[in-house]
Amino acid sequence: MGMTMTQKILADHAGLDLVVAGQLIEAKLDVVMANDITGPMALPIFRQMADKVFDKDKVVLVPDHFTPNKDIKSAENSKAIQDFAKEQGLKWYLVQGKCGVEHAILPEYGIVAAGECIIGADSHTCTYGALGAFSTGVGTTDISTGMATGELWFKVPSAIKFELTGKPGPYVTGKDVILHIIGRIGVDGALYKSMEFMGDGLKYLTMDDRFTMANMAIEAGAKNGIFMVDEQTEAYLKEHTDKEYKIYAPDEDAEYDEVVVVDLSEVRPTVAFPHLPGNAKTIDEIEAMEPIVINQVVIGSCTNGRISDMRKAAAILKGHTVHPDVRVMVVPATQAVYKQCIKEGLIDIFIDAGCAVNTPSCGPCMGGHMGVMAAGEKCVSTTNRNFVGRMGHVDSLIYLASPEVAAASAIAGYIANPEKVGDK
Amino acid sequence: MNAKGHVFKYGDNVDTDVIIPARYLNSYDAKELATHAMVDIDPTFVERVQPGDLIVANKNFGCGSSREHAPLCLKTAGVSCVIAETFARIFYRNAINIGLPIIECPEAARNIEAGDEVEVDFDSGKIYNRTKGTEFQGQPFPEFMQKLIAAGGLVNYTNAKKNQ
Repeated sequence: MGMTMTQKILADHAGLDLVVAGQLIEAKLDVVMANDITGPMALPIFRQMADKVFDKDKVVLVPDHFTPNKDIKSAENSKAIQDFAKEQGLKWYLVQGKCGVEHAILPEYGIVAAGECIIGADSHTCTYGALGAFSTGVGTTDISTGMATGELWFKVPSAIKFELTGKPGPYVTGKDVILHIIGRIGVDGALYKSMEFMGDGLKYLTMDDRFTMANMAIEAGAKNGIFMVDEQTEAYLKEHTDKEYKIYAPDEDAEYDEVVVVDLSEVRPTVAFPHLPGNAKTIDEIEAMEPIVINQVVIGSCTNGRISDMRKAAAILKGHTVHPDVRVMVVPATQAVYKQCIKEGLIDIFIDAGCAVNTPSCGPCMGGHMGVMAAGEKCVSTTNRNFVGRMGHVDSLIYLASPEVAAASAIAGYIANPEKVGDK
Repeated sequence: MNAKGHVFKYGDNVDTDVIIPARYLNSYDAKELATHAMVDIDPTFVERVQPGDLIVANKNFGCGSSREHAPLCLKTAGVSCVIAETFARIFYRNAINIGLPIIECPEAARNIEAGDEVEVDFDSGKIYNRTKGTEFQGQPFPEFMQKLIAAGGLVNYTNAKKNQ
């Protein structure tokens, strides 16, 4: 019986020739990552098991959630992991100024690569599946164990195969595709499973599109999302990492629970309505509704804070001004993205349009700081979750969308179709 | 080992942002976190919950973030067990790792109502609704997870393995 991509990676990391869905294994880890929320909590648990991390090059600490430190407690938390990184001699502690949103920065710095087995104490760790890695989010006790031993137990997942066909139309991005998919299968449609993406349509999805899609696999309940490695992946890896990597393809007779065919040419710009990422509506359905008037727009995050996202938002905003009643926050996900935005004149476009540009941080996505909402307010956000109270008051509403829909909505003052924003 | 108490009942997709909102995550002190448990879905939960009470919910309980603060705050608030049709996978791992008992049982999740008195026998996986006089068989843990639980969680299991 054949194995899926995920199963092959897990088998190799467990030193086994074959694994099957449901099997419990202990696998070796290539990267173990935590942030300023999960990291400090891990330290006392880690110390119950070890004095030294299993490998100082493989344990990565990224203070990105409540940074720049939003209050004294957050400052203490950042300091705790910085002190720990120094004490342990970690290669990767990303101090402010070198830091950015973890799931944008690990691929950018070449810390993660194809074929690896990666855990992160953040649910969106599944992002690195875009590179053909097995990568999954875990909690604090798991991450502490990973830091101490370099190993962790896993239940081998079964998988859903997503066969991508066709070419997406203009203004249709990885975000629209993944919101479309979660809308189809539901927020628990891939519970405990792998989402494995392949097919002829893959070549039309950029690496940034794939990061966005793998990032949101967790929003369908998945253990991981993983893409077949192709020329684009290899070009990205060659540009960003010196690590040796291994390419895994599924066996021809790999067993999938289900095959979902997604014709990219039929996907429309898509928005997820409150309060679940699976409440997908197409822009055409939205245009047939009463306008949804908004108060805030956020463009950024581990889902959509990369350079192509910034370019797409800027292309819409260029020459326009944002609606006077709307606050717009643009948050480049990393320093490199920020710098590239400056170089290409995108920051000028954002500021001339009336957007605030913030320093790289998870910031408003989880209602921590830099964009918290009041009761009754509505936000179009390029982030990944629209749960109750996620971005502030329990009575505020979040609509998840692509950077283009977000930018078009910023101009209109209501959720708007990017196809209809005229050039200026 | 048994759990016994009254039930707080919730629906599908109870996410970690409502179990413990991110605005409180600048702390990982279990007692402090417990004072905010469930605040965005049930603002009076903390006032009403008694030691031993249970949470019963439908599909995909604990979806969303990887914050271990979520099962930790429920356990510290006094919740003795969570029964659901299904759990989100990170919450499931975290609950086992910190020792919050959880049981998947769709029939029980659908039958049990808010306020019912429920007893759970963890050894057999049996769930008794004392208010309605009904009984359900919960999904038993796989052997490896039973070993983890018996060892007192992942930390103890890891240390025991290291010393072997």
